[in-house]
Order: sequence, then structure tokens, then C-alpha cells
Amino acid sequence: MNPHRRSPFVLVMTVLVFLFLYVPIFVLVLYSFNASRTNVTFEGFITAFGPLKTQGSLVVQSPCGPFHWFCDLTRNQEVMTAARNTLTIAFVSTIVSTIIGTMAAIALQRHDFKIKPFAQLSLYIPIVIPEIVMGIGILTLFSQVFTWVNTTFNLPPDARLTLGMGTVIVSHIAFSVPFVTLVVQARLQGFDKAYEEAAMDLGANELVTFWRVTLPMLLPGVLSGALLAFTLSLDDFVITFFTTGPGSTTLPIYVYGLLRRIITPQVNALSTVWILIVLIAVFVIQRMENRESI
Amino acid sequence: MSEYAVELRNVVKTFVTPEGSTINAVDHVDMQIRHGEFFSMLGSSGCGKTTSLRMIAGFEWPTRGEVFIDGEPQGHRPPFQRKVNTVFQSYALFQHMTVFENVAFGLQMDKVPAEEIKRRVGEALAMVKLTGLEKRYPRQLSGGQQQRVALARALVKRPKVLLLDEPLGALDLKLRKEMQLELKTLQREVGITFVFVTHDQEEALSMSDRIAVMSHGKVMQIGTPVEIYERPRNKFVADFIGETNLLDGTVRAVQDKWLMVFVPALQAEVRALNNGEFRAGQQVSLSIRPEKIRLVEKPSECVNCFPAQVRQVAYIGADTRVIAQVIQSTLRVWEQNMVSTLDPDAYFQQNEQAWAVLPPENLLALPVD
Repeated sequence: MNPHRRSPFVLVMTVLVFLFLYVPIFVLVLYSFNASRTNVTFEGFITAFGPLKTQGSLVVQSPCGPFHWFCDLTRNQEVMTAARNTLTIAFVSTIVSTIIGTMAAIALQRHDFKIKPFAQLSLYIPIVIPEIVMGIGILTLFSQVFTWVNTTFNLPPDARLTLGMGTVIVSHIAFSVPFVTLVVQARLQGFDKAYEEAAMDLGANELVTFWRVTLPMLLPGVLSGALLAFTLSLDDFVITFFTTGPGSTTLPIYVYGLLRRIITPQVNALSTVWILIVLIAVFVIQRMENRESI
Repeated sequence: MSEYAVELRNVVKTFVTPEGSTINAVDHVDMQIRHGEFFSMLGSSGCGKTTSLRMIAGFEWPTRGEVFIDGEPQGHRPPFQRKVNTVFQSYALFQHMTVFENVAFGLQMDKVPAEEIKRRVGEALAMVKLTGLEKRYPRQLSGGQQQRVALARALVKRPKVLLLDEPLGALDLKLRKEMQLELKTLQREVGITFVFVTHDQEEALSMSDRIAVMSHGKVMQIGTPVEIYERPRNKFVADFIGETNLLDGTVRAVQDKWLMVFVPALQAEVRALNNGEFRAGQQVSLSIRPEKIRLVEKPSECVNCFPAQVRQVAYIGADTRVIAQVIQSTLRVWEQNMVSTLDPDAYFQQNEQAWAVLPPENLLALPVD
């Protein structure tokens, strides 16, 4: 008997896993082209180009043809603002948390200090505790500190510290750092200190050694960490929900708001664009990683 | 130019073990390495040879004592300010750089102009026979080729001293033998001082001008390969380098270049070489190499000859290795197979009776630690 014979069970399982993973995404993308405004059933594509024409709940003709809901999306100021906020928060928190996380990983790898076991453990806690607990904790911290600062310094109303982009960014950095650190630490595990010694032996000081040897060799780990931080920030709902304020609504918060009213194909169009952004990010990072590990 | 390329003066390196106790990895070491010399540090793992090398390179700083390079005390100077370069055991080639970039790295650090870098990297790669592989990445090279890149990368900087930390350890036996010859030839060509760390005594003996035998952080003996093998200064060196038979005894009399030593295991007084350190009444260990004992059927001259019984025989081609019972001691004897014959009588057989001759000039008296 051939031990490598494919068992039908394995085949069925594989097909099922892929169905469960990708059918919802496929349906979501398909419905973003739906002609039906209520989006309950798929009523076919919008085929005609031209001035907007509707027939009951069906869109028959649109200037953008089948891409009607995507065009509609760009005219939605709230969506555009939310998208801008989301990307700003994701970029800033990714950059900052990648820098902090990488530095923490190197420090934990290289130095021995008394609170090291505690520092290592403290990295796991934000990952394992429920997000809602962390959200409440961060909100409590911000409101306590802000109240104290605002009253102590008797700040005028327009200068008072409030929840907003800043608090969202800080909270995203806070939950991203442990992920970056752990990913970079994994990469550092196999890092031979002889590489750095060789660089210094050849005349590079500590700083040059870091930039020319250590960082390039850690780059695949750093990029994976950054990608993780970026995607975590992009789709975070719970912590953002607690730390957001007026004017800093992100896409997940906005979509949640929409869902409570009506689900139009606009939401699907938004999600489709979103998936596209994440896919491109993953693709770019993978290309960079592959180039690093020729 | 100072007298020595590298000098270690009373160097101590103390490490703290995870249990909290301290250990001297290098324990009051004095070493003078001359210019242009192929100098080896030989010892088993944990003997302090690598730590000594790392202190010359600047990766570790001595707890006490001083390292001098070309007469200059190095103090706490970092590696990038020392005129030495290292070939690492793991090669430590930068994986994200091509062969050319790896070799050029050290010159870029010295701000050498681009055209000169190109020329010198070309020369260095030609020297290690790697011309044409400039654009390869380390992982696209064989172990031997990586070894050569590591060598070129260190030599391109024209260091005063090249430090080599078990550079051949990762190569297979055949390649290692080839690289030993090449390294020695290369060292003669470039005339740079090589400090070579190894645990392989054959490697050290065949390549070095001088060898420092180390054990437990201490230098046991420094000398040429011949001195180390033929005139070991203590039991450790005699036993560590090659094989030897050790016989304990008491000095009965000193007769200028000879000692008369009573050896209880032989129940007799034997004549041994005196290196001038011993007095009558002192305890000594006598060392004699297996190939320097003669096993004969009938002795012609009889100084230090004893009846022997052959206990075990192993024919290994070049010689026959015999374990012989001589009075109350067991001696290892290697008889060279000088004549090509199939006649079994030409070789010793088990339980055969014979005579063991221990020529006095081959019997070295050593201190009993």
C-alpha cells in the first residue's frame, strides 16, 4: 500500500477548510457589485453605464457601471475621513511600535538585568488578556490622567486633553509592541553574535555594525513584525472603540455604526478595498523578505 | 617595530559562572609571539585558548594583565581600533552581502577609495583562488569556499596579526588537510603573523613554527613542534601530545647528563636523561614514547632492558602496536614494520616472550606535578 496515497478524508477536510475560509470573502466581494440596494440577495451586476437610474430597490444604470458602489463610496465624506484616520493611525503606530519592539527585542537578547524575567512576561500579558480589559484599562488611564492634567493646569477648553487620534495611536502602539518584540526575538534566537564581532573586527564601530550588519540580518523579522502591527492596527475594533473620540473614527468603528442601520453594498465595497490594501501590504512585505533571504 | 607582534603579560580573565562562583578561564598567561611567526594555541575545549585569542582581538578584556600588539598596550581598546583581524570558526560571513561586498567591508570602514577597494578585493580573492565568484552570496558557496572568503576578508586589510579561531574545524578531513597546506603556504607568502587556535594536535604540529600547549587556563609549555614532542616539560604535555608511557620513580643518583632512577614497577634502577633540574632523592615521572621503546628477541647491549611478555598485538600497517607486560608495568610499544613480508614470525605474537629496551636517551625525567 502506498503510504502517500491521498485519503478521501484529508481531501474533504482540505476542501471544507478552504470553503469556510474563502466563501465568505468571495460572497462579500461579489455583493459589493450587487445591483440591489438592500443587499439581501444578489440581483446581478449593474451592466449599463450612464446617468444614475434606479428601478425600485435596483440600480439599473450608473456612471461607474458595475463599480457603482465604489464610486458611491468615494463621495461619502465620512468613509473617506475614516479611511484616512485608519491609515494614519496604522502607519504611525506601525512605525513607532516596530522601532520600540525591535529595540526591546535586542535589549532582551543582549543584556542580562534583574527585571528581565518580569520584562519578558510583561510582553505576553497584553497578548493573552482579553482586549476589552485592555481597552477599559487604557480608557481609565487616559481619562484619569487627562482629568488631572486639565484641572491641575486649569487648561482653557480648546487646549484640554481629550480622546482622539493621539489616544488611539498610543493605544495601538501599546498593543502592537509585544507582537513586534516576540517576532523579532524569534529571529534573534538564531543570530550568531560572531556576525557583529566580525563587523567590529573589520573596523566598524557599534553604530555602523548595527546599521550595516545587525539590522539587515534581522530585517525579515522586523518586516514580519511591522506587517503584523500594521494589520492589527488596521482592523482593531475593541481598543479603538474605547480610546477614540470625536473626529477620529476609524473604518471598523464606522462600519459597525453602519451595520446597526442598514447594510448597503457600500459596506461591501469598502471591505473589498480594505482586503485589497491588506493583500498588497502582505505581498510587498513578502517580496522584501524573499529578497533578503536569497 | 617592537620585538613581538603580540605579547600577553600576566593575563587573567575571570568569568562568573551561572551559579555565581568565579572561574579563571585564562590564568596568569605569559606569551610572546614573534613577527611573521605561525603560532598555535593548542588545547582541549575550555583550556582558555579561544578566550586568549578573543582578548587579542578585543572581544574580551583581560581582568588583569595586559595585551600588547606590536608593542602597544591595548587596554580596553575595542576591536575596531586594533590592527588585527580574525577568521571565525563559523566564518561569520555576512549573509546579506555578496562575496565582493564581504571582502570590501573592512576596506570601506577604512574609507579606502572605491577603485583601490576594487583592486585590493580582486587581489585578495585571487590569492585564495576565488576569482569569478564575486557576485555570489555566501549560501551559494561550499564550506571550503566560505572558508576562503573569510580568509580573504581578514587578509585584505593587511593586518599586523591574523587571528584564526579553529578555522578548519567545520571542514571534512580531506578538505582540512588541503587547507592546512594552503594556509601554511599563504602565511609564508604574505609574511603576516598567524595566531592559530586548534584542538587538533596533528594540525598544530604540522603547521606551526611554535605551539603553546594550554590546559585549564594556563600555558603548560611553549616551543617548536619538535621541542613540544621530544622534550615535553611536564606530564601533561608529554601525555597530551602524542602518546607516552609514564613510570614513577625516585632519583638515586645524578651522573652529569644521566639520572639513576629507581622504578618500583620495574623493580630496578634505570638510566634516564637529566635535564638538569633534579637532585638525588626526588620523585620523578619517566616518560618514554611507544615508538622509542625497542622490543627484541635477544638484547645485544643491555642498558635498561627488561624481560617482557606480549599481551596484545595490533597490526596497523605502518607499525605494529604491542601492549607488553614488563615486570609490574604495562607499556605501549610501537614497532615499525621495516620489512615487507608475510612471514608471521616477523611480527610479534600474543604471549610471546621478548625483551623491552628503554634507551636512556629516550627516557625523559619529568616533575611529578
